[in-house]
Amino acid sequence: MHSNSYTIIFTSIVTIILGSFLSIANGTLKERQEINVENDSKKNILSSLGHRPQPESSWTSDDIKRIFAQKIDAYVLNAKGDHTDIDPKSIDTEADKENLPIYVDKENGEVRGYAIPISGKGLWSTLYGYFAIEPDGITAKGITFYAHKETPGLGGEVEKPWFQKNFVGKRFIDEKGNLVGIKVIKGKANPDSPYEVDGISGATITSKGLESFLVEDLEKYEPFFQKIRNGDI
Amino acid sequence: MSVLDKKSKDALTDPLMKNNPISLQVLGICSALAVTVQLNTAVVMTLAVVSVLSVSNTLISIIRNMIPGKVRIIVQLSVIASLVILTDQILQAYMYDISKQLSVFVALIITNCIVMGRAEAFAMQNTPGKSFLDGLGNGLGYGGILISVAFFRELLGSGTVYGFSVIPDSFYAAGYQNMGLMVLSPGAFIILGLIVWGQRIVSGVKEE
Repeated sequence: MHSNSYTIIFTSIVTIILGSFLSIANGTLKERQEINVENDSKKNILSSLGHRPQPESSWTSDDIKRIFAQKIDAYVLNAKGDHTDIDPKSIDTEADKENLPIYVDKENGEVRGYAIPISGKGLWSTLYGYFAIEPDGITAKGITFYAHKETPGLGGEVEKPWFQKNFVGKRFIDEKGNLVGIKVIKGKANPDSPYEVDGISGATITSKGLESFLVEDLEKYEPFFQKIRNGDI
Repeated sequence: MSVLDKKSKDALTDPLMKNNPISLQVLGICSALAVTVQLNTAVVMTLAVVSVLSVSNTLISIIRNMIPGKVRIIVQLSVIASLVILTDQILQAYMYDISKQLSVFVALIITNCIVMGRAEAFAMQNTPGKSFLDGLGNGLGYGGILISVAFFRELLGSGTVYGFSVIPDSFYAAGYQNMGLMVLSPGAFIILGLIVWGQRIVSGVKEE
């Protein structure tokens, strides 16, 4: 039988060894992990704007970097919707209400779409994604989610193509020019309404959460999109 | 097999068939259902469990005589948890997409009864060499079932094997459809049940 002091010393040593071992591992791997996270968000921005690899091939991290650099123009807007010189990477999109990163898809100088980061609470977790808007500033071009901890098969369906596809071509601005957002309807959406999409059965709270943070995030960008609709940009 | 004596050989080969952790002891079912939609994730999960299990068994066996009896479970768990975190970190650094698909299930290896069970039942009483083989055997026994379940689920549910389409387009044209049930968890239960059944016929095990 070991004495109490032996037990305490033994467990302390084990803790110190395991703890330092893990922190060394974390330190060495961190850089690579951060590159992966950055590439993943680039991939999601591209995907929300409709740029996806063919189903039979996939993009390497170099492909993602190259295509992103080629097509996407990233900058930060201020709360009035004007350009700033801030680096979009330095913005904490969830906390910062003043500085708004935006990703513009351009081809031969012509704007093909805008992507904005969206995030907010679902049922269990904060969802992070991108929402893409057509150059008219009225119509949704796509939506993606890259991080969430919703229940797989229920709220987790937000990351599935069948759900995301519904948003394409929907409108978040009504005919009078007011921001109405896109309603996520429990069950089937009215096919004639351009402002609603099908909800996820069994995931009402995730759906409602998505609906409300989408409007909140769009509101922040309204000054910018108003200018676009008025033809000022 | 002259390299290994009888007991070491049993430690390695028993869990593959005769005493398989999933199909006979019915441990680790949760992750077996969750990560077997595709072969890809099942193979990575197998590698993760095999490495965690063999290394944790070896480490715990090395310090088995030093571990105070009253805190042994906590010490075992700390060793296992550290290895699982390390595995998760490595996956995030080198196989990011797969680590996203496996999501919480890598972290949940910590609570996989197989890992704790082998540490407590085998590594605490046996030498590091034997414990390593026992860990390897149990990991592979677990992985073997995982991979067989994933093979059938992917083939029947998505018409692919390891991401490659194997069902000719002419089948689809003739009205063949992928079985949606196989993509969902009940599909895994059905396949697993059939495997357990088949294995018990072969090995002749009967419930008391």
